Amino acid sequence: MLSPVILLPAILNGLMTGAIYALVALGLTLIYGVLHIINFAHGALLTAAMFAAFFAYTLLGLDPYLAVFVLAPLFFVAGYALQRFVIGPAAHGEDRNFLLVTLGLAVLIENALLYFFRADTRTIDLPYAFNVIELGPAFIAVPRIVAFVTVIVVALALWAIMQWTDTGKAIRAVAREKLGAELCGINVTHIFAITFGLGTACVAVAACLLIPTYYVNPTAGEAFVLIAFTVVVLGGMGSVAGALIGGLCVGVIESLSSVFFGESLGQIGIFASFIVTLLVRPSGLFGARA
Amino acid sequence: MAETLLKVDNISKRFGGLLAVNEASFSVAVGRITALIGPNGAGKTTLFSIIAGFLLPDGGRVVYDGTDITGEAPHRLARRGIARTFQIVQPFAGLTVRENIAIGAHLSRRGRSEALSAAGEVARSVGLGAQLEAPAAALTVAGRKRLELARALAIMPRLLLLDEVLAGLNPSEIRDMIPVIRGIADAGVTVLMTEHVMQAVMRLAEQVLVLAEGRIIAQGTPQQVAADQRVIEAYLGHGAARRMAVGAGHD
Amino acid sequence: MKTYLSIIVVVALLAAVPMVTTSNVVLNFLVTALLIALAGQGWNLLGGYGGQYSFGHAAFFGTAAYATAILQVRYGLNAWVGSFIGMAAGALVGAVIGALTFRSGLRGSYFSLVTLAFAEVLRIIASVAPITGAGVGTLIPLDLHARAFQFQSRTPFYFIALALVAVSLTVIRAIENSRFGAYLVAVRENEDAASALGVDAFSVKLCAITISAAITAAAGCFYAQYFLFIDAGIAYGPWISIDALLAPIVGGAGTVFGPLLGALAIKTLGETTKLIAADAPGLDLMFYGLLLVGIVGLAPRGIAGLSRAISRPRRSSISTPDGSRG
Repeated sequence: MLSPVILLPAILNGLMTGAIYALVALGLTLIYGVLHIINFAHGALLTAAMFAAFFAYTLLGLDPYLAVFVLAPLFFVAGYALQRFVIGPAAHGEDRNFLLVTLGLAVLIENALLYFFRADTRTIDLPYAFNVIELGPAFIAVPRIVAFVTVIVVALALWAIMQWTDTGKAIRAVAREKLGAELCGINVTHIFAITFGLGTACVAVAACLLIPTYYVNPTAGEAFVLIAFTVVVLGGMGSVAGALIGGLCVGVIESLSSVFFGESLGQIGIFASFIVTLLVRPSGLFGARA
Repeated sequence: MAETLLKVDNISKRFGGLLAVNEASFSVAVGRITALIGPNGAGKTTLFSIIAGFLLPDGGRVVYDGTDITGEAPHRLARRGIARTFQIVQPFAGLTVRENIAIGAHLSRRGRSEALSAAGEVARSVGLGAQLEAPAAALTVAGRKRLELARALAIMPRLLLLDEVLAGLNPSEIRDMIPVIRGIADAGVTVLMTEHVMQAVMRLAEQVLVLAEGRIIAQGTPQQVAADQRVIEAYLGHGAARRMAVGAGHD
Repeated sequence: MKTYLSIIVVVALLAAVPMVTTSNVVLNFLVTALLIALAGQGWNLLGGYGGQYSFGHAAFFGTAAYATAILQVRYGLNAWVGSFIGMAAGALVGAVIGALTFRSGLRGSYFSLVTLAFAEVLRIIASVAPITGAGVGTLIPLDLHARAFQFQSRTPFYFIALALVAVSLTVIRAIENSRFGAYLVAVRENEDAASALGVDAFSVKLCAITISAAITAAAGCFYAQYFLFIDAGIAYGPWISIDALLAPIVGGAGTVFGPLLGALAIKTLGETTKLIAADAPGLDLMFYGLLLVGIVGLAPRGIAGLSRAISRPRRSSISTPDGSRG
């Protein structure tokens, strides 16, 4: 009963959604790879970015695809400041405190959004949001293709930054050996904040890619954060390639299991694979270490 | 040869491409102080971690008191009477000295107050009596080394594994520590120690094992080992050999 | 002994409240605060003493609440019996999650993450499974008799909640002064060092998560009987995971009275914001988030740590896991 006519579009759509997951996961894994800490505020920051993209369009008339160029730098600065002036000092260098502080920020941001914007679900209407392109038996919405391509570009750009800039090299040095990097004169506090900023900027890009076809409400990011965790765990904490491949995989798993089991059980499919991966292979499918 | 308490039989351990321990075999006689020496990276700490159950060997057996204990979990080994200290000290930083030692004392004492008072006695035996109520985090390096020792002693071990317990101490602190270790052995505890401080090895050990590139290349009394050409060539160098001879002369 | 005495004094003082006022507002406030104190005491054992930060205590709370409610509604079981089974069910979920996660050696961030995921999985299942009433939730029919664990006034509920809290305080105090408690703290401080001293870290953590789950589960059973309605968002929602963690952190994690102090503090904060800003959704939780960041940043040992720092500068035997490291 499952013909390629159903499966192929499901897989292609899964890949396109998966690209967004990959981008959110990329930010998460970057922060984990360098700070060795899971940022529980990632989802809340995504929601905040989605609201920012929403209001950039409704109040300023800024197209989400153009808003990227404003919001990504803005969220980079916000992420930098958050790590440098709030999370870092409040955590006192203790991993457990870091968990609590990012959890506290998540609760704070989500509920501030709820307080100011209420629980209403908002969407924007873009003229091109429902344009489709025919790919074999599948029709793919244009925003999904834009998202897919953008994610590839962002990933390549990040990779280039890591490979060839001094800051990128410093980030890799800190990720590898914090104390050694510090002894070489690298300002670790600064690098931590830069990394957090980059991770947050990823989320801002993801928000701009999501808003044309998705909705925003104060818990919109929540749906993505656990999926991003899953992606990061599947891909191996700290692994950039793992985040990309893991994101695409999870997109496909979700899309396929929705076909088989329906929407909410599709989510269970993701969590189940998440928990199983964590328990069986905590270092992830592609990661080298736990 | 005295009765054997610990027998390491053809132990090997590989990390990726590196053969850290290569078919090492030796025995530790009951009631003696045995020293395991060797240059940095010789595999001493790896071998120690295998004996103490923190690492699984790729091959070989560890036999303790006639029983094969290879791959047994650390807490089970502790219950069999094998205690260890860590080269990088691992205090329970948030607890006081007394509470730290009491964790070890609890192995044979269920009651909290018995464990706490036993901890006090052990602390006094290693010279930590005055700092009993101080937080472990406030101790000096020498104090933390003593705390490592005290916690291990509190489980009342038959075999004590000391991993570089003198490293990081200054000469006068080392001088203070040597009689403490001597006293432990005199009380009937078998001691296996890795050590870089040759002077201490010469003064304490009755048997010395030399590990180089994962293999036991020589063993014997300190004097025998110091005179062994293989040891001198593989590891010590002439200057060190002379210093050892001088150290032995003073004993 | 001093702590046992203070437990008696605190419980006696709280027990005197209904003699002073029978205001439903006051009692309702105190009942919910005690509920959070109880759920938080469960978290405190595992997180405060054991250093394993669960972000998913809703899994235990919700399972117990659902078990209690479903056993009554669908199987006609007596509410009291159902509550005990509910508590056991919560403890069982704790044991299963603990066995799985600790066996695979998950620590730190990974443990927080996987507990969060378990709670979410249960929430999603509960929101679709027919037995839980799916999206509609489960309503326990009104039957105002003591044998049905339902009462006309709030006073009996208040005393039951207080009794549960009193038991939890005593249990935690007894654990604090036992070998198990000392081992648990040792595992929190340094797992490798503890195992070298004969501590079976896996068993200690498994035991801790089971007791911890049972305590939080008791709060879940009580919730079901007090409010007579649960759905997936209430039972397994993030709110209870956060409250259970926030109360001990605010009050002082790893201290006997931390969860109670913290629960009173956060409920006071919550009610105050509601009074000032009417019923603005999100405002109270917004302050909770701010409070969590602020407490961790400025007073990592919570209210108990602050008061202790003032009265007695020396570090106490069981301290919160703060920044000091060897």
